[in-house]
Amino acid sequence: MQTYQDIILKLKSFWAEQGAIIQEPLDIEVGAGTMCPETFLRVLGPKPYRTVYVQPSRRPADGRYGQNPNRLYKHMQLQVILKPSPNDIIEQYMRSLEAIGIDLRRHDFKLEEDNWEAPTLGAWGIGWQVMLDGLEISQFTYFQQCGGIDLEVVPVELTYGLERLTAFLQNVDSVFDIQWNETWTYRDVRFLDEQQYSVYNFEKADVEAVRNEFEIHEAESARLITEYSGLEDPKEQARFPLLPAYDQVLKCSHLFNTLDARGAISVAERAAMIQRVRKLAVAVAGAWMTQQEVVG
Amino acid sequence: MAEFLLEIGTEEIPDWMIEPACEHLERNFLAALEQADLHAGVTCTTHATPRRLVLVAEGVKQRQVDKDEVLTGPPKNIAFDEKGNPTKAGLGFAKRTDVEISQIEVGQDSRLFVKKRVLGRPAGDILGEVIPDVIEKIHFPKTMYWTAKTGPRFIRPIRWLLALLDGKVVPFEIAGVAAAGLTQGHRRLGSANIAVGGWSDYQQQLSENYVLLSAQQRRERIEKLANQLVPSGLRVRKNDKLLKTLGYLTEYPTPILGGFETEFLKLPEEVLETVMQHHQRYFAIEDENGKLQPRFIAVANLDGDPDGEIQRGHERVLRARFNDARFFWDVDQKRLLADRVADLDGVVFHAELGTYREKSKRTAKIVHEIGSALSLDDSTRQYARRAAELAKCDLTTEMVGEFPELQGVVGGLYAAHQNEAQETADAVYDHYLPVGPDDAVPRGLAGQLVAIADKLDTLGGFFRADMMPSGSRDPFALRRAAYGIIRILIEGKLALSIDRLCEVSGAGDKSGDLREFFVDRLRYYLRDVRGYRYDEVNAVIKASSDVPLDVALRTEAISKVRPTPDFEPLAVSFKRIENILKQAGGVNKYAKQSVDPALLAAGAEADLHAAVESLREQVSSLKQADEFVAALTAIASLRPAVDKFFDDVLVMAKDATIKNNRLTFLAHVLTEFSTIADFAEIVSG
Repeated sequence: MQTYQDIILKLKSFWAEQGAIIQEPLDIEVGAGTMCPETFLRVLGPKPYRTVYVQPSRRPADGRYGQNPNRLYKHMQLQVILKPSPNDIIEQYMRSLEAIGIDLRRHDFKLEEDNWEAPTLGAWGIGWQVMLDGLEISQFTYFQQCGGIDLEVVPVELTYGLERLTAFLQNVDSVFDIQWNETWTYRDVRFLDEQQYSVYNFEKADVEAVRNEFEIHEAESARLITEYSGLEDPKEQARFPLLPAYDQVLKCSHLFNTLDARGAISVAERAAMIQRVRKLAVAVAGAWMTQQEVVG
Repeated sequence: MAEFLLEIGTEEIPDWMIEPACEHLERNFLAALEQADLHAGVTCTTHATPRRLVLVAEGVKQRQVDKDEVLTGPPKNIAFDEKGNPTKAGLGFAKRTDVEISQIEVGQDSRLFVKKRVLGRPAGDILGEVIPDVIEKIHFPKTMYWTAKTGPRFIRPIRWLLALLDGKVVPFEIAGVAAAGLTQGHRRLGSANIAVGGWSDYQQQLSENYVLLSAQQRRERIEKLANQLVPSGLRVRKNDKLLKTLGYLTEYPTPILGGFETEFLKLPEEVLETVMQHHQRYFAIEDENGKLQPRFIAVANLDGDPDGEIQRGHERVLRARFNDARFFWDVDQKRLLADRVADLDGVVFHAELGTYREKSKRTAKIVHEIGSALSLDDSTRQYARRAAELAKCDLTTEMVGEFPELQGVVGGLYAAHQNEAQETADAVYDHYLPVGPDDAVPRGLAGQLVAIADKLDTLGGFFRADMMPSGSRDPFALRRAAYGIIRILIEGKLALSIDRLCEVSGAGDKSGDLREFFVDRLRYYLRDVRGYRYDEVNAVIKASSDVPLDVALRTEAISKVRPTPDFEPLAVSFKRIENILKQAGGVNKYAKQSVDPALLAAGAEADLHAAVESLREQVSSLKQADEFVAALTAIASLRPAVDKFFDDVLVMAKDATIKNNRLTFLAHVLTEFSTIADFAEIVSG
């Protein structure tokens, strides 16, 4: 049997062999691997890049106190970015499945239309959901736009839903029954997180405090972006902290999700807050593009 | 004559875009051939799988026909100066046409001209030039670029191109991919880079490499093998849409039989079907009585499932999905639909049109108004009112959150489960109907009422907010809403007027626009759906368009009476009457006056008058009774008397009083008998 960590190790090393950098997860809460600067900022501009990383992805509203066999507050996404996308990318992706022991001669593999879009990031792409014997195991996307910017070079993003994939390979019905390694199950490792964060997000989060936090991070990001846009000296521009400005955007996004899960956001406010986060994300992306030109 | 074979190899194209793409490919190709004058005698077919769009043309000319071309130059007096020496303009023309100036002739229009023999070019050269455009101009609803921002756009990346003219490669390139003589087999079962000689070799190679090129063949294979798998006494529940989808999701489809635990059959069939057919793309299995069975057919893009692994995989996914659905059902039952009404305050219908709570209130009010207008009984009105309150509550349920396509249906199921009256539950269940052209209208009167009111509120709201559809843009599906109302009124036999609908719609000062919008949909329904002739529809609507049910009955009557011998000649005479009156100052001018019988001439005129008088009562009472066929037949019987009148009587008599009386009489005939249809609109022949 392949354990959860076997699968992660094999996928990472498969993509490392294709020239991808093995990155470690971003140490800020995000809702999806796409939001990490390793994807969001790296796909901008003409420079080639290849990376693979596992990103814990937190979606407060998806928490089920650890009681639902398939739904998690925090799931692990294996994210691959290849920029530019190679011509044989589908064949490469299929080989990555073979690398974790899926014999595609004995399984039904289909690519079904599914175009991805993330309004808060001003990002979208064209692609498929990858279906294996009727189970969606991956999202396969050719990015077209990110941070509201048409991409010069088209990157491909492959995301693997690690828990689902492992449950499929280990033939278990609940992700909590996955063997993480020979000794411990997913439940042993993660149940308390699921339970406690569900309690926090749905019941305990201090709405006022979270709201204040959102505003502090929003203001900090906006302050930096404004300061950057006033710079004229290329040396100052080149060393300006846009990465920290983007961190603030990610914090806003997560805090917004927390408020949303807590039921603290009215419908009208919801659209407005998404717009506020998007505005910052788009501004950072635009600034990043100009900074890259200066940095060269 | 040559054979041309083109295969555009792509990554997986969305199934629903494939057939339209084939149509565009064929159209673009034929247009390009025509442009190049290579089209005569060409027959062309297209085929497709998710990974390839294929066109094969027979009878393509090897080369264009040689042609004489006349090139016209400047006038003689500009090409030569007074002394007869060529000017710059003259020499320029000579250079352009590559003919000595002394050899150039002057035509009758005094301009220089050159006749040239243009040699036809080989078809291969021309195809190599035009095919990239033929391919890139295939229209897709959403396209992408994949090489770079400035690169070509297509539905998915193009990965190979096969282009052969009588077995010879036609050279061209798109997005860095050069056309060649190679194709690709099935992703897992076939070989890569297979050399192809021509169309018949191509078919052979594909079938050896597990690609069934014909969508029809793939569908037949699915149906045949699925039927073989199903245990005796059971059958595959027919679903042509799903069959078509699966035909375009596979290159080598193989059905696989699976099963699920009988305990899931306790869930509503609607939920089970949605999960299987919409989400998982499985066929449902039923017994001889149409009862759902705990089995399904999945279709793999593979040649088989020898060790049952694929079957087990699909079964596990389905079990998880059904478990979810059962969980949603149980959670949702913890709160009654009726207790969710207030939650609709938090669900926005549209930013400018408020929440679903507000919409529900308006809908209930419209239900009340329409109920009174139709004088419906109290109980129906109460069921409908209750249904209008509850109709949108399922938007707050987990089940609809997971299966949005079941909104309405879930509300109806929950209402029944929670002991609402069956009529109310059915009305909630049906209130989105009709959605597609094949959908029935709501089955009960209460459901029809709520369905009309809900759509009417949507229409009124968007019209008032000035967000009407324009051109092909109809983001809120308002045409479908108006069309749905028209269908319910006619098929449900509800004699409600468009004016009344507009009044209660909330469209405010846009009621006039909404009225026209309805009449437009009514025309569409009668012409394009029911198939009545356009002039019949025009004639009926011109007479009056206010009550759609009445319009439909009158149109039906016209189309029945039309083939009878008297009808069209009478229509011609009515047209004549209308023209005479128009020239004499207008129908209305005379219709207002009364006829003086004493002034009518004996013979044809008096006879017609008598005929009209004797018909008047009869037609009017037939009309009252909605006996439109009989009424029209009676009107048509006027034909001999009308013909005789025009043979014998001069309308424009010299005596002004007589003339005026005659015109008045004719105006009365025309208006009296044009209330079912305006016959003057009928185009004879």
